Amino acid sequence: MNALKEHISFQASALSLRDKRNTMLASNIANAATPGYKARDIDFDRAMARQVGDSPVRMTNMRHVDNLTGVGADAVQYRQSLNPSLDGNTVEMGVEQMEFSENSLRYMTTLTFLNKRISGLMTAIRGE
Amino acid sequence: MADLKNVFDVAGRAMAAQMVRLNTVASNIANAEARAGSAETAYRPLRPVFQTVFEDGMRNSERASVEVRGLISLDRDPQRVHEPGHPLADDEGFVYLSAVDVNEEMVDMLEASRQYQNNLEVVTTLRTLMLRTVNMGKS
Repeated sequence: MNALKEHISFQASALSLRDKRNTMLASNIANAATPGYKARDIDFDRAMARQVGDSPVRMTNMRHVDNLTGVGADAVQYRQSLNPSLDGNTVEMGVEQMEFSENSLRYMTTLTFLNKRISGLMTAIRGE
Repeated sequence: MADLKNVFDVAGRAMAAQMVRLNTVASNIANAEARAGSAETAYRPLRPVFQTVFEDGMRNSERASVEVRGLISLDRDPQRVHEPGHPLADDEGFVYLSAVDVNEEMVDMLEASRQYQNNLEVVTTLRTLMLRTVNMGKS
């Protein structure tokens, strides 16, 4: 059973992260006119590395601090705005729209991979 | 206050807020040429005040939407015009025009409607994604 789970778990975590990021980008778009709102985003690579427990820092001692779970490990970050506005809002429509469509596309891609894996498993189970 | 359960709540509330904004613009434009008998009773443009609502009141929560905290009327001096024949004119024959700048209202209207559309687009995209996810493994 675990083998089946492991077979699709990577794509499954990627899908849930993409969904989370889409929600966050939707929140940014919703707050495009709110004074003082700071646009937020997820560092996808970092969040993904944390999900699968793969740190870019090599730990050679038990007391080393893993940079994925230590200080600043929260993958949610504030966006650096290209054109600062007077009311303190850092949402830029063009940027958010592009990020949103890219993220939606990647969500679809991950979903397709997941579907292929599932149908591959189904073929193997049926033995056709 | 309904809580933000999913992304549709986020977009829905944002659209409701933009709708309030569009309504204030409509009221302002409707009163653009209105005259009043005194400076105090002259119409002043209305503006909604937007505020972010976080899912659980925490700044690091995933979902954040927007709500209208209230309406304010802008503190602008109305224009004093000499129109002795006007029924509302004061003793010296002056009436007070509403302090609405129509160009400003038009810009606000365009921005509000664009942001409304953006939210609608987000909902359409996410709905498609969710439908495909529901059918996962079938195709």
